[in-house]
Amino acid sequence: MADRWSAGVIPYAEMGYWQPDYEPKDTDLLCAFRVTPQDGVPPEEAGAAVAGESSTATWTVVWTDRLTTYDHYQAKCYRVDAVPGVEGQWIAHIAYDLDLFEEGSIANLTSSIIGNVFGFKPLRALRLEDMRIPAHYVKTFPGPPHGIVTEREYLNKFGRPLLGATTKPKLGLSARNYGRVVYEALRGGLDFTKDDENINSQPFMRWRDRYLACMEAVNRAQAETGEVKGHYLNVTAATMEDIYERAEFARELGSVIVMVDLTVGYTAIQSLSRWARRNGVVLHLHRAGHATYTRQKSHGVSFRVISKWMRLAGVDHIHAGTVVGKLEGDPASVHGFYDVLRKNSYDADPSKGLYFAQDWVSMPATMPVASGGIHAGQMHQLLHHLGEDTVLQFGGGTIGHPMGIASGAEANRVAVEAMIKARNEGRDVLAEGEEVLRAAAKRNKPLDMALSTWGDVTFDYASTDTVDAVATPS
Amino acid sequence: MRITQGTFSFLPDLTDDEIRAQIAYALEQGWPCSVEYTDDPHPRNTYWEMWGLPLFDLQDPAAVLDEVRACREEHPEHYVRVNAYDAGLGRQTVALSFLVNRPSEEPGFRLDRQEGPDRRVGYSVHSYATERPAGSRYGATGRGGGPRSNGHGGR
Repeated sequence: MADRWSAGVIPYAEMGYWQPDYEPKDTDLLCAFRVTPQDGVPPEEAGAAVAGESSTATWTVVWTDRLTTYDHYQAKCYRVDAVPGVEGQWIAHIAYDLDLFEEGSIANLTSSIIGNVFGFKPLRALRLEDMRIPAHYVKTFPGPPHGIVTEREYLNKFGRPLLGATTKPKLGLSARNYGRVVYEALRGGLDFTKDDENINSQPFMRWRDRYLACMEAVNRAQAETGEVKGHYLNVTAATMEDIYERAEFARELGSVIVMVDLTVGYTAIQSLSRWARRNGVVLHLHRAGHATYTRQKSHGVSFRVISKWMRLAGVDHIHAGTVVGKLEGDPASVHGFYDVLRKNSYDADPSKGLYFAQDWVSMPATMPVASGGIHAGQMHQLLHHLGEDTVLQFGGGTIGHPMGIASGAEANRVAVEAMIKARNEGRDVLAEGEEVLRAAAKRNKPLDMALSTWGDVTFDYASTDTVDAVATPS
Repeated sequence: MRITQGTFSFLPDLTDDEIRAQIAYALEQGWPCSVEYTDDPHPRNTYWEMWGLPLFDLQDPAAVLDEVRACREEHPEHYVRVNAYDAGLGRQTVALSFLVNRPSEEPGFRLDRQEGPDRRVGYSVHSYATERPAGSRYGATGRGGGPRSNGHGGR
């Protein structure tokens, strides 16, 4: 061990950060990193460097390590696998002792794991693909303020995906005009309408005016239909004080739900989550900004990890992809995100990009929201890919309907109910979906019009963030 | 108006065959069914009257449909719904809920507003049906009254 403590720079692998014989403990937090080393850096050394730089190491030997039980605090890279079919990339598996992290803090967890290491020069690129969060750590987080089950009971809506729409145009409407869109969409048949991520409090519409107009619309629609309705009032603001002020006002007006953008940061989300549970208000999260670091496969953080962090941080809804809409979303990857958000436990499944098994130990589930370029004509595909516990958000696909917003909403609602009914009757909705929709459209003019307007619209582009399928998990 | 609670309210009212098919699906999933009725369809009225206990042991869709028919016959001018219940860990909640009967006329709701300071408005949804006492809310045709004292219907 003399060499280990010689002053100067020695390889991370020789400092204890590469331990191929290490058996991860049940309490360890495990990470799978996609590592692209610079030329000449061996993969084991690259993995060890990631382990080192995301835990105890600095660039040179420090004698003060010897004042600690350093091998306890060192992260350990215990496995490096070549990425199938990709030259020069490896998946490094790293184990972190639970003592490295503050209980219940996403900020601390992320400062540790992704704090410095992503700019580390010996790596050309680095991506955090997945994270196994041990049950012991899961239990230090409160999780979603309500979760899917409580939300459904609160809304009295069961057995089908919920339907929503983002108010359009997203910018420029006055509060009065904005509320009109909300009212028409909700009375027409949607369960929710939504502020867009960048609707906060601009000169053309201040937040307080919007909240008043939207709640008039929500309450009118409830009386028209006999159903519980909601509008996601975006409380995103410059300071936490402003966020609380807006959330409090939404609560006082009787809104069942508020929303916040991912851009406010993890700590603000955790604070608002606690507020939401205390006040019985459902919390919707828009993943604004995520694609800057989730989309590219070689560098950043996978959305499956963001999904885990947000379930821990505690949100009831999160935008998680549509598969068929206008935004990035490889089917296998999106299925993986939905499993992360909704299941109580699951096994590793490389075909969905799930590197580790995960047990949520009864933490309530987060409702995935599918939004962006979807329409009623895709209902069978949406149900097939996304299942029932999801919110399908048809913005343009409601508001752009030729017969008006309420008709657009009705078309979507008729389509989803017809598809659920057909599936429950034993029909193969993926194969027979178009037929089911056409039959329903014969009795419903708005759906007929929706199908003839958008029936052929698809966004058929190759996905960027795809799973590197491995035939058998090893 | 037409109240749109339940999973299939935007479709034409289900026929008995269609109801049986949905019940069969629920039972295949392992979800026992129950029948509930009300004459107060306020969106926040969670606890409709139970038509007996949930039918935990009925595996035959036709037998469940018989309970639906019996409830409808006793309460032709009430809302009647079938709930399917998922007792699985992590769910333990209703999995499917759909209307199987409506009163012949649905008066709907009035929205009451209470104007407050700062342009605030307090809202309250008022169910017209509840202006009359329970049991006499939808014309005289219904034989049924309010909650049955023995909590048990038709079996």
